[in-house]
Amino acid sequence: MTNLKLCATAAAIAFSATAAFAETEITWWHAMGGQLGEAVNKIAEDFNASQNDYKITPVYKGSYEETLTAGIAAFRAGEQPNVMQVFDAGAATVIGAKGATIPVQDLLADNGVDFDINDYIAGVRYFYADSDDKMIGMPFNSSTPILYYNMDALEAAGVTPPKTWEEFQSTTAPALKDAGYIALSQSHLPWIFTENFMSRHNLPFATNNNGYDSTDTQILVNNDAIKAHFTAVTEWKDNGLFEWYGTGWGDNAKPFEEGKVAMWLGSSGSFGGLLQKDLPFEFSATELPYWEAVTTEPTQTFIGGAALFAMSGKSDAENKATAEFFRFLTAPETQYFWHQETGYVPITEAAYDAAKADGHYDRFPAAEVGVNQLKAKAGDNTKGYRMGFYVQIRDIMNREYGRILTGETDVETAFKTIEAEANALLARFAKTQG
Amino acid sequence: MKRAGFDTIWLPMALLIPQLMIIAIFFYWPAGWALQSSFFLQDPFGFGSTFVGAENYTSLLGNDQYKRVAGFTILYSVLVTFFSLAIALLLAVKADKVIKGAKTYRTLLMWVYAIAPPVAGFLGILFFDQSTGPLTKFFQMFGWDFKLGVDYNATATAMVIVAVWKQIPVNFIFFLSGLQSIPRSVREAAMIDNRSATGRFWQVTFPLLAPTAFFLLIINITYALFDTFGIIDALMKGEPGNNPMTLVYKVYLDGFRGNDLGGSSAQSVVLMALVLLLTVFQFRLVERRIHYT
Repeated sequence: MTNLKLCATAAAIAFSATAAFAETEITWWHAMGGQLGEAVNKIAEDFNASQNDYKITPVYKGSYEETLTAGIAAFRAGEQPNVMQVFDAGAATVIGAKGATIPVQDLLADNGVDFDINDYIAGVRYFYADSDDKMIGMPFNSSTPILYYNMDALEAAGVTPPKTWEEFQSTTAPALKDAGYIALSQSHLPWIFTENFMSRHNLPFATNNNGYDSTDTQILVNNDAIKAHFTAVTEWKDNGLFEWYGTGWGDNAKPFEEGKVAMWLGSSGSFGGLLQKDLPFEFSATELPYWEAVTTEPTQTFIGGAALFAMSGKSDAENKATAEFFRFLTAPETQYFWHQETGYVPITEAAYDAAKADGHYDRFPAAEVGVNQLKAKAGDNTKGYRMGFYVQIRDIMNREYGRILTGETDVETAFKTIEAEANALLARFAKTQG
Repeated sequence: MKRAGFDTIWLPMALLIPQLMIIAIFFYWPAGWALQSSFFLQDPFGFGSTFVGAENYTSLLGNDQYKRVAGFTILYSVLVTFFSLAIALLLAVKADKVIKGAKTYRTLLMWVYAIAPPVAGFLGILFFDQSTGPLTKFFQMFGWDFKLGVDYNATATAMVIVAVWKQIPVNFIFFLSGLQSIPRSVREAAMIDNRSATGRFWQVTFPLLAPTAFFLLIINITYALFDTFGIIDALMKGEPGNNPMTLVYKVYLDGFRGNDLGGSSAQSVVLMALVLLLTVFQFRLVERRIHYT
């Protein structure tokens, strides 16, 4: 009798083990730490619970840069994950390496998942696409820079959030200064004050259609509009209207969270984190200001954040699993969950409608700001940009901007240096693709 | 005196093999790869690559930022080596004289040795925090608006201080044992000849310490050039920005963060050549002036 029971148990274990083996397992390397990482794990758990055929395992690989480097090293060793998260600045590297990834559009079509690029909200569609508008990477955590403000501070100063930099300079900032605040800080000069300066004002950022059409590209960063902007920023800093706390993201966000700085330019994806922090004041957000002197019709901004790439060299069964995961990921419910938890924008129109219908934006008006900005009028230069060695180009910008703001160099020299060094890197990148 | 020796060549060879293997696998093999890839520009994923000859080297020479980093590396190495040796020597001389509670003093002074470089870097971040760091406040007392990660000189100062602090115990241990190995008779004889303690130190003690000091000099230069990586990385908080950095850190940044394998390889070859030169120089010129007892 006991023996029989034992046999039955053994058989049951053996059976469930085979059942487990029948699941196709795939891995997902990502760079989402802390609260974002928890949301990633939740998405993976929900996907695994939603069906019995596939199992995805998310693995946190450190910062964006570290994740990309780990993925490249793994790819060269033939140990790549099925899904890898690559950030905006790494897009040219991963998309340039044709054969490293399966274009997401092909992956979905081959595995019978419906795909229509027009289902995605406008600002998200082409950032990770190739020059023929074919989507290569699946936009995942998509954010855009927006202006957060301390409502108590603005009320005390008797001003409203600025729409333009002219308004900031003449009205908002001086009033905030009189009320005892530093008016503004920002967390990412290359992203907010360079890349999105270009998209917001519909200025070309690089030759060859912002770099999409060819690797033989030159950067167009050394232009009068952006130089005037940085001259103004330097003046704001000298007059106590703006402060720069170094290149780190958190170092610039902290004074805003402490209530010393009244307005902070961060990511729409910072929203979830700010909510959780239980700040000692009420905050809200508004769209990224623009210079009326440059344009009277501000355009949509670029998305920042990262996309998910399906790595090549995997079996058909695993690719099918990856496609199914993308189907799950882009479903309105998943997107709405992600949007609510993190503040990253929902990437599809359907998910945006779901959030709206649920009253999410009535409860948190700030959550809609990023979406609106990405849905704003498009221009010739707002699709995105594609430049190789862009991580290094950003590092050059950070270095020179830091030197401007600490008085080590002037705006004119700094932009000449950025232009020269970036173009040298772009020329080198073109050779790596040969 | 009878010379001990092996009867066959095979046994000593066999005994050497493990060490040679380690050197071959962890040094010659990667160094060979670095040399090879320094002549190419290649796609990080390994799809395309172009032979560019010496272009990776020539573009380094023409790069102002590279020169700036090289300049900082030299200054940094000199400062870190000098201060960690000087302070450790001073502490060792003083600790050598202590009789009561000598062990406690020595243990306390050696303690820091156990701290890993990145941890030292994080401690540095706490000490130099922009708003709450005690050392930030200390410098501000003297009217220096010290801001880690914002001001180039402030960050450089923090990097030097943390690196020196971390290295003092190692030097201290070596200097102290060096001092204790100087025969008592020599010191007593010196005491008769010269009444000035400073004179005795420079004329007798220091020359006898020279073998130790020379060894430490090499160790410290290597430390400043390479092993401070963890400290620098921690103090930069992941964003190079306008912060100072050493050549080794730039190899890492361009190769691992920027995925420029060719350029990064060329830089590491330059570093290898530099270290080779430095070693030859040290052994040819400096060591000749040192007398081993």
